[in-house]
Amino acid sequence: MESIAWMAWTAPTAIFFVLLAMTLSVMTWLAVAYPEAERVGILRIPTTRGDRLFISLITAAVIHLVWIGLVGTDTIAALPIGEGIELSSLWLATVISLVSAVAIFRTV
Amino acid sequence: MDKTINQKAWFLVLPVFLVVAFSAILPLMTVVNYSMQDTFGNNQFFWNGVGWFKELLDPSTDLGERFLASLGRNLFFSAVILAIEVPLGIVVALSMPREGWRVAACLVIMALPLLIPWNVVGTIWQIFGRPDIGLMGYVLNSIGLNYNYVSNEFDAWATVIVMDVWHWTSLVALLCYAGLKSIPDAYYQAAQIDGASRWAVFTAIQLPKMNRVLLIAVLLRFMDSFMIYTEPFVVTGGGPGNSTTFVSIELVKIALGQFDLGKAAALSLVYNLIIIIVCWVFYTVMTNAGAERRPVDTGAK
Repeated sequence: MESIAWMAWTAPTAIFFVLLAMTLSVMTWLAVAYPEAERVGILRIPTTRGDRLFISLITAAVIHLVWIGLVGTDTIAALPIGEGIELSSLWLATVISLVSAVAIFRTV
Repeated sequence: MDKTINQKAWFLVLPVFLVVAFSAILPLMTVVNYSMQDTFGNNQFFWNGVGWFKELLDPSTDLGERFLASLGRNLFFSAVILAIEVPLGIVVALSMPREGWRVAACLVIMALPLLIPWNVVGTIWQIFGRPDIGLMGYVLNSIGLNYNYVSNEFDAWATVIVMDVWHWTSLVALLCYAGLKSIPDAYYQAAQIDGASRWAVFTAIQLPKMNRVLLIAVLLRFMDSFMIYTEPFVVTGGGPGNSTTFVSIELVKIALGQFDLGKAAALSLVYNLIIIIVCWVFYTVMTNAGAERRPVDTGAK
């Protein structure tokens, strides 16, 4: 582990990248197993599932940044586990991002 | 007979994938890790959550103020150089000769600034603009203009903009020239028969035929000017004060000057996000501008 100490891994960022890698793997598998044609949605551009995933991820990043900038990250609730795990309001941005991802996959 | 699909060719991409993983993906992951932490060196990190992003997006903090100010300067710079270089490039392309030895001569002269390395361009203009020994600085001062890019903000901006125009207008001009060359003579003959004016030829034939290369030129110039570092850094070092400190200069100051890895990582991720979005928009517009024309082309055959 000493040799990768400079990468400064933390559990949350590791989970983030594992989820990202899993998403990409699933999408790759989907593309091989169920090939699909491009389709034109509300943006009036032809998109594949991969394009829609890309748009969703970028939108999620923007939503989170806008949330941090405009709303902030105050604690909104505490999970009754151990001494209580505090939930930041940023999770609302994550929920909005997931909803918007669903919308993007259906309409774009 | 059905073709058998063989996906083994993907293995040929593996070496490239490994190289990219090593040179781009691992460092990018590291930047994400750094953006969530604070460090005082010696590979010791402290969790900071989204604290740096909060500071970055809050204009009342030092980091946020510096980021937003440099972002504003950078966008203004890009807008100004696009507003100058694109029309100027079109005019230059239109006035270039169409045939004979003069074409080659023009192309070579136009290509010269493009071949000079960024830091050399910076050095050239740094010396060129000096009031004591630089040709431009000395001449401007001797005709009564008080020009000094080291102490005057306006002069610093003018120098950086003129330098960029000198360096990159040729690129726009060469792209437009290529677009103009691809227009068949029949269009001009038809325009002549119709008695079209020079302006009508420009707006109805040349400009529409150039729109693809113009889009590429705008994309290239925007991205390049938005990421500009070397030239203004060599000429003005971001000064006087912070007046020509663009985002990348600010980033290097924070990352390597102050060694605030967390702040710098957060800044570079947001910077990167802006660039990815702009690239995607341009790329989509470019590929689809072609796609819309395709059905018309096939219909004409």
